[in-house]
Amino acid sequence: MTSSNSRLSLIDIERPGNPDVFAAEVRAAALEIITRYPAGQSRSALLPMLHLVQSEQGYVSADGIAFCADVLDLTKAQVAAVATFYTMYKRKPTGEYLVSVCTNTLCGLLGGDDIYRALSATLGVGMNQTAGNPDEAGSITLEHAECLAACDYAPVVTVNYEFFDNQTTESALGLVKDLQGGKRPQPNRGAPLCSFKEISRQIAGFVDDRPESRLAVATGQPTEVGVKLAQQKGENAPGYPVSHNAGSSADQPAAGSDQADAAAVAAHNTGARDGSSAHDAPLSTSASDPAAAASTEPAAHPDTVGGAKTDTGPDQGELFGKGD
Amino acid sequence: MPLTPVLTKRFGTKAPWQIENYLRLDGYAGLEKALTMPPDDIIAMVKESNLRGRGGAGFPTGMKWQFIPQNDGKPHYVVVNADEGEPGTCRDLPIMMNDPHSMIEGIIIACYAVRANHAFVYIRGEAVHAIRRVTQAVNEAYARGYLGDDVRGSGIRFDITVHGGAGAYICGEETALLDSLEGKRGQPRLKPPFPATNGVYDAPTVVNNVGTLCSVPYIVLGGAAWYKDLGPEGSPGTSIYSLSGRVKNPGQYEAPMGTTLRELLEMAGGMSRGKELKFWTPGGASCPLLTREHLDLPLDFDAVAKAGSMNGTSAVMIFDEDDSVVQAVLKWTQFYEHESCGKCTPCREGNYWTAQILERIWTGHGTLADIDTLLDVSDNILGRSFCALGDGATSCITSSIKYFRDEYLALIETATDRSTVSPALTGVSA
Repeated sequence: MTSSNSRLSLIDIERPGNPDVFAAEVRAAALEIITRYPAGQSRSALLPMLHLVQSEQGYVSADGIAFCADVLDLTKAQVAAVATFYTMYKRKPTGEYLVSVCTNTLCGLLGGDDIYRALSATLGVGMNQTAGNPDEAGSITLEHAECLAACDYAPVVTVNYEFFDNQTTESALGLVKDLQGGKRPQPNRGAPLCSFKEISRQIAGFVDDRPESRLAVATGQPTEVGVKLAQQKGENAPGYPVSHNAGSSADQPAAGSDQADAAAVAAHNTGARDGSSAHDAPLSTSASDPAAAASTEPAAHPDTVGGAKTDTGPDQGELFGKGD
Repeated sequence: MPLTPVLTKRFGTKAPWQIENYLRLDGYAGLEKALTMPPDDIIAMVKESNLRGRGGAGFPTGMKWQFIPQNDGKPHYVVVNADEGEPGTCRDLPIMMNDPHSMIEGIIIACYAVRANHAFVYIRGEAVHAIRRVTQAVNEAYARGYLGDDVRGSGIRFDITVHGGAGAYICGEETALLDSLEGKRGQPRLKPPFPATNGVYDAPTVVNNVGTLCSVPYIVLGGAAWYKDLGPEGSPGTSIYSLSGRVKNPGQYEAPMGTTLRELLEMAGGMSRGKELKFWTPGGASCPLLTREHLDLPLDFDAVAKAGSMNGTSAVMIFDEDDSVVQAVLKWTQFYEHESCGKCTPCREGNYWTAQILERIWTGHGTLADIDTLLDVSDNILGRSFCALGDGATSCITSSIKYFRDEYLALIETATDRSTVSPALTGVSA
């Protein structure tokens, strides 16, 4: 446990901050944030606005504080009080990449602590310190993070908050080596990597809307493991009572490669235990469907909803001696 | 118990987050049906289903909705607590990343029921992929007429604002979340008044968890009785059990409330390294630890409470005999110390001291008096803190001493200097 006076350095009497260092475009973005909230509630825009100034300077500076105060008609003390409360607002310039290692109990015991120590030793930096000049490409700020809500993929590391799952010391060291060498590995779940400044702008609500982001993978085995096991075992939730089933896709045969998915859901809706309507469905292949993001779907989980069910029967659950 | 995917049923299908795929997979059918019903009937239906909040406390959702005063001339709001950060909990992010429209559909139904026109989704700032995906999904919903003016011919306008947080576990506490949403430090408010009457912007507000709202469209489609019958008496519906730790196939297993750990372990292929189960949490770090003797405990709200723990977020973290319970508790306590908002003294100071005592024990410098001191300090945090964060912080300490006092004693009595392996990797910055 080390403490630091840098926590208090946001308000500097010698350098009170200049709201005008930000371009007109930034002010326009700040005003746009305000419109997301009801009239008269502009202060709600403060958290996203702090992410916005961070996206310009790589941290929340005295200038950023002054800017938010100016736009929202708050005092700088009010803004600084908020900026210093939250972990994600950085007080020093952050590198091109913020590498966060989860060292909460679960990830920590499964290897997160070792990963953090190895990265710290290799990069030669400690918590919230930056290897390299923050303004230069390949610079990395290291931190150990609290639970990142990906415990089923433990131990996890994030780069600019995108998930790199099931890391080992070796894979994490390789990851930072790639980043330092100018490469941007694809996150396991998440959009293609961008810089810390760019991701801060996304957190402010100006999200990346490119196709590779819209179609970016969101699952891996742990996310789907329960659903897939249910399909293998032919288990399902009881279907809706018929009188409640209005509007269900069970009555609306789906077409083409979409049939398998639709049949699976229809099986749920009707309580069909064997998913028989899926048996005859052609396997959908992402390759045949340009909308299915062939390049971003990992081979480990193609759309096998219909196929995975083929060999299961209605009594499969009984084999496990649990009945239902 | 069988697996019963309802909330997770679209996981693994083709890009279920895109509205055309969601619509094909039964999407927005619950909303279409809800809009044909009087709002009060929807509240009655959710109440009848006995849906209980999935954020940890298990409060009946229908009752929460019913508390919103009607015809009061004030704007009403729905706020989604998507600040998933309870250690071990990893259920809401997969839902938002894979099936964001099911949450949006639940939000619109909730808005319609409590006569709100504006909802806020407060997503933790680190969850950037969820922020992106929910934002894109909200934009799609506007484009298709599920948000905006005159939604599906109802004559009603609904808006959703996606709001990213900035890294603070305390903002999962609903009133701290509301303060944070208002652009303030995220510190809890004194209750009463409750958010139902004085929530965001001092207006009547429903605050619901992601999993809670995602359940709503299915209740509307299947009916209260169908939903109730999915789980045992008192804990209706399914639960997404999030298994993590020393288990062969960690992940999301959706099964009826009341499934046991023995059943879950069987689904997940057993322990990961051939060791015996030692301790586990039934619902995140803030729930008292359980042990091997609780393998057959039905994991629902009432049975887990009876066993001295909490169902919480149904985040099941599993540890085996090679894991040190003292080390685990130390790291959790350092988490609470770091995340304590500082508003109340018992939590701010208490966690500061318990973390130091635990570190002393773990690094081989503990004394026999330390165990009593830990219990005494915990006793002064529990029930004396301003909010549930402080109470929850004591759970792992008191339960671990209850079940594993010998392990504490062994560390103290052998008193080997372990300072070189100090796990102090959480907490304040350098």
